[in-house]
Amino acid sequence: METVTLTIKSQPGLFLEADSITPDAFAGKKAEEIVDLPVYVGREQFRLGDFFEVSGRAGATPAETKIVVNGDLSRVKYIGMKMTAGEIVANSNADMYVGAWMQGGKITVNGNVDAFAGTGMKGGEIAIKGNAGNYLGAAYRGDWRGMAGGKISVGGNAGSDLGTFMNGGEIVVGGDVDVHVATHAEGGKIVIKGNAKSRLGGQMVEGEIYVFGNIDTMMPGFAYRQDVDVDVDGIKGRFALYEGDLGERHRKRKGQAIYARLYQRINA
Amino acid sequence: MTRTVTDVICPFCGTLCDDLEVVVSDDGKDLLEVYNACAIGAEKFLHSQAKDRITRPRMRQEDGSWKEISYDEAVNYTARMLADAKKPLMYGWSSTNCEAQSVGAEIGEAVGAVMDNTATVCHGTSLIAVQDIGIPSCTLGEVKNRADRVLFWGCNPAHAHPRHMSRYSIFPRGFFTGKGHTGRKVIVVDPRPTDTASLADIHLQVEQGHDYELLDALRVAFRGEKLPDFVGGIPKAKIYEVAETLKSGRFAIIFFGMGVTQSIGKNHNIDIAIAVTRDLNEYTKAAIMPMRGHYNVTGSGQVWGWQFGFPFAVDLSRGFARYNPGETTSNDLLRRDEVDAVFVLGSDPGAHFPFSSVKKIYDLPSVVIDPHETPTSEVCKVHVPVAFVGVEIGGCAYRMDNVPIETRKVVDAPEGMMTDEEFLTRVLARVKELKGV
Repeated sequence: METVTLTIKSQPGLFLEADSITPDAFAGKKAEEIVDLPVYVGREQFRLGDFFEVSGRAGATPAETKIVVNGDLSRVKYIGMKMTAGEIVANSNADMYVGAWMQGGKITVNGNVDAFAGTGMKGGEIAIKGNAGNYLGAAYRGDWRGMAGGKISVGGNAGSDLGTFMNGGEIVVGGDVDVHVATHAEGGKIVIKGNAKSRLGGQMVEGEIYVFGNIDTMMPGFAYRQDVDVDVDGIKGRFALYEGDLGERHRKRKGQAIYARLYQRINA
Repeated sequence: MTRTVTDVICPFCGTLCDDLEVVVSDDGKDLLEVYNACAIGAEKFLHSQAKDRITRPRMRQEDGSWKEISYDEAVNYTARMLADAKKPLMYGWSSTNCEAQSVGAEIGEAVGAVMDNTATVCHGTSLIAVQDIGIPSCTLGEVKNRADRVLFWGCNPAHAHPRHMSRYSIFPRGFFTGKGHTGRKVIVVDPRPTDTASLADIHLQVEQGHDYELLDALRVAFRGEKLPDFVGGIPKAKIYEVAETLKSGRFAIIFFGMGVTQSIGKNHNIDIAIAVTRDLNEYTKAAIMPMRGHYNVTGSGQVWGWQFGFPFAVDLSRGFARYNPGETTSNDLLRRDEVDAVFVLGSDPGAHFPFSSVKKIYDLPSVVIDPHETPTSEVCKVHVPVAFVGVEIGGCAYRMDNVPIETRKVVDAPEGMMTDEEFLTRVLARVKELKGV
């Protein structure tokens, strides 16, 4: 695997839209070609090289390309958008849309990300060492097909609207989450190792939520069923199983409605 | 002598009352009296007659004082500001006619602006919900003639839309509602005992921030499933009772306002309220409608929906329309320093935005187009007064139920004043000159 290293040398006056920072755009290019890729500040187009020092060279295909981005990226949007393969390591906080509509490969962010990371994600892996903003792994506005596959892991906390309209894949949050988890979800798995606030699984059709800590307010549409032993993300424990959202539509199998499941760890 | 103009449209709130009578002087220059309007609507008409009204554009001087400038200078300043910016914000658009909104959209496209209207701090969340799951709605005429179950959720029309209840929702006698208010069951959901709540048959005093849970509980109740003992502070027996009341009606209408669109959960509250309406349609006829505030905020969503495909928060900076509330909404843009110029027309962010956003407007190149002196004109660099739409110039406006109504001119604007549309048309021409297109 070949590595391209980007180091930010000047900060944009507003925000930098850098949807060209992907292994797909870099593949088969030398550093002097990569600097010519387009980036945008507002309505003006610039070259990637206007904002980044570029060194190294890309592999022949996206899968053989690794991109390391250094420097303060807190005003850079769209890192790894729509990438299909390869790897990106961002050694800083990053702004919105990290790995949005991602299909494959891996993104590691050694810092926090702002909102909309993993929007409409189909595959691949996003590892965020710090905190994530709102709408992590959620659907794009108006789309009823949210995250369909892949895995997102967050070391710290995540914001609100986690996994809205989720259909598949997995999100693991090491810390706490804000309101609205898996709203409208029809599949997928969300693991929250810290505490949750309220509105977990509202309008949820199918899928699973695991909460290790407290839940401030349980949705009235979730009914307690029984205590079960669960092995989740390598941790075994006894969980209270709730099913819901009883107010939402559910498909049936052999005459039985299939509900979304919410597991809350029972503190021994 | 005076003459009376009848069937005048009121350009204040989204109810867009169309039965006002306005007395004007014979020469059509002075507006003397307003009949049938609510106190707020009447004041809007009478305010156009204020003796201390600003009638010429003004530019802020270094010492903070205003200097009168010509409309030509104002056009030039505005066009230059928009053409020079990398990503200008063009905000407001709700208190003007659709004709002006359309010209504004052309300017936005030419300069790569972010176009946002007052829905951004109002019913924008409703629009997100509509986009997510659709909306079963109706017109206010249907409400008047058919509705026998009226639910007000997080809104207080007694103060915000004063004639709504008498014209459409509670009191009028319609074709199938001949008994007026005695034939209607009124339910109000509000954490506070409002004046609207005092008219209700049932007032659910939900704990603040638990609307989503209560709406979910209604859905559970419709399906006959078991509920916890209390949801949002409301006992389950009451929730089953309300569910039964709604199901037993011939036509249920849900009106909702800021209490749910701008409290925690935002679009999700509306999303689930729409789901409640959809569920109700399995038992009876039901519809839901946002209580839109500004008289033509609905029209601005219509115009942009038609031109760009999105009703608010439209980012045109890259030459194609992008829309993502949370990123392309005015307060997020201002808070994050994502825009470098601010143009305001037909709204007052100075009064309605968080102070931190208003401060950003103050720090940026900024122009406000408004007939009034407002908190926004206090923080902008240039203030361009214009004629009152619906008083001094007509034009199309959309009522809260998306019915277009042509507003009427009843009196002349002061000598030499421009309208919104005239000013914007001049700015557009100047922008094209500057850009060489």
